[in-house]
Amino acid sequence: MYPDKTKMESLAEATNLAEVKGRSLWSDARTRFARNKAAVGGLVVLIAILLFALLGSFFQAWTYEAIDWKLMGRVAQIGGPSVENGHYFGADELGRDLYARVVQGTGISIMVGVVGSLVAVIVGTLYGATAGFFGGRIDNIMMRTVDVLMSIPFMFVLILMLVIWGRSITMLFVGIGLISWLDMARIVRGQTLTIKNKEFVEAAIAVGVSPFTIILRHIVPNLLGIVVVYATLLIPGLIMAESFISFLGLGVQEPMTSLGALIQAGSKQMLYGAWWQIAFPLFFFLATLFAFTFVGDGLRDALDPKDR
Amino acid sequence: MFTYIARRLTVAVPTILILITISFVLMWSAPGSPFMGEKLPPPEVMANLEAKYGLDQPYWKQYVDYLTNVIFHFDFGPSFKFKDRTVNDIIAQGFPVTLTYGFWSFIVAVIFGVGLGVTAAIRHNTWLDYLSVGFAIGSQSIPNYVMAPILVLVFTLWLGWLPGGGWEGGTWDHIIMPVIALSTSYFASIARITRSSMLEVLNSGFIRTAKAKGLPMSRVILKHALKPALLPVLSYLGPAFVGMVTGSVIIDQYFSTGGIGQFFVNSAFNRDYSTMMGITILVGTLTIIFNLLVDVLYAWIDPKIRY
Repeated sequence: MYPDKTKMESLAEATNLAEVKGRSLWSDARTRFARNKAAVGGLVVLIAILLFALLGSFFQAWTYEAIDWKLMGRVAQIGGPSVENGHYFGADELGRDLYARVVQGTGISIMVGVVGSLVAVIVGTLYGATAGFFGGRIDNIMMRTVDVLMSIPFMFVLILMLVIWGRSITMLFVGIGLISWLDMARIVRGQTLTIKNKEFVEAAIAVGVSPFTIILRHIVPNLLGIVVVYATLLIPGLIMAESFISFLGLGVQEPMTSLGALIQAGSKQMLYGAWWQIAFPLFFFLATLFAFTFVGDGLRDALDPKDR
Repeated sequence: MFTYIARRLTVAVPTILILITISFVLMWSAPGSPFMGEKLPPPEVMANLEAKYGLDQPYWKQYVDYLTNVIFHFDFGPSFKFKDRTVNDIIAQGFPVTLTYGFWSFIVAVIFGVGLGVTAAIRHNTWLDYLSVGFAIGSQSIPNYVMAPILVLVFTLWLGWLPGGGWEGGTWDHIIMPVIALSTSYFASIARITRSSMLEVLNSGFIRTAKAKGLPMSRVILKHALKPALLPVLSYLGPAFVGMVTGSVIIDQYFSTGGIGQFFVNSAFNRDYSTMMGITILVGTLTIIFNLLVDVLYAWIDPKIRY
């Protein structure tokens, strides 16, 4: 009368297999991201560039500040890219190895972008979430402050700061960090306004959780998607800001370098036929910008529930 | 409407004051003396110099003096480096240049950007659309300090058509390259914004009605679709203006056009604080006024916005 035991077991096994794995927002986003060819391509390029910046120095024949005296004064004629003398990307106008300098410059440019973006994530998220959660007069004051700061021509003030307090990479980080969080604060505030009316926040308020714990435990985790997207899209902008400053000769100081400084040096030498001095830095600059932009766009398509 | 303008003004005025204050605080927090050359001049010379520029006064007095001079007399004081010129002289010399090529860049960016965007939207999903979008993305990510050397390489060195720099009173051949270099990325952004908003408008009901009435396509576009499609572009003009003013620093530096950007960078290297402050404040004030104008214009044109 009863179905035999083995049949039952196999049936139980089958139902076990058929149990659908739960789909979270993030795993959902991962599949969407993986389907986006441009974003995956951007990610691959980005990883390649990061590896180049991190590990490139192990393959260099010269350090970034050593001068190859054999090339002195004849860089435009014999300083081109060559494997024999160890200058894979050629030499710069002083006879320094361009490969080592591009490795270093890429690293610094990416670092400026990532650090600035991290500041934006931390400061901007907390600021925006606080303003949005409390609302009312606090929100008004906090957001008017952001409005005021945003309408200040930041590039001019940054140059003023760099000149007055000395040009250094720390100053550059501080200056870029000071403004990078403004947009983030606005975006986060807008999102917080919708999240704070959800039931789970109401429940947390009802059981008497303190406001800051609510912000950190309940609101910020729900903002992560949009924060990740805008942090990624912010990086290329910050890299461009840094290279703008470095192009003017006010950014990173010699012998350190960044992609902007290399492009500036290269654009002067290009007129004498030393094309490699602008080509290689420019290639890495544009590749980095494109990669970050594509990855950011891909993340937005994957995480933003609006455009499905 | 008037309350809206009044409310915006109540934000704009403190912003300008904050900008002046930030610049001033930055300046007096500067280490060393602006008169330091290879070494400091003798103490009695220093005392005289400081008396002449009012630097021997207490800070609050300097601040109040500076503020009253800037606000009521439009006077940014003397330059710390050029003994015979005031900051006003420098601005009067550089600003018209910047304004000239900035104006043309603005016109070029708007006309070509809107044109390209509308074309791409009308020919949606054809090769023309893909070409325009690709072209726009490409030129959007090329910064003007990369564009400038490329232009010089092509038009000056290879083709020999245009001079590689200088201003010469602003003859057309000196204006072309600065305008192209400055407007490219804004033209591209405007094109992308126009395209997407035009696509949205073309899908809306009133356009279908206009088409159903049997109006020719050109009339539908010009008479019905263009105005609502251009609203997002209008709100982009504020950031574009800021970007162009900032970009002029690069343009001046690369093409030696002699606009305020060039003076700004030169005074940055000379530690000529008063000139830097003056230019920063001028640019900031213009930015704030321009943004205000754009917002008011927006509120006036868009019937959906009620203040």
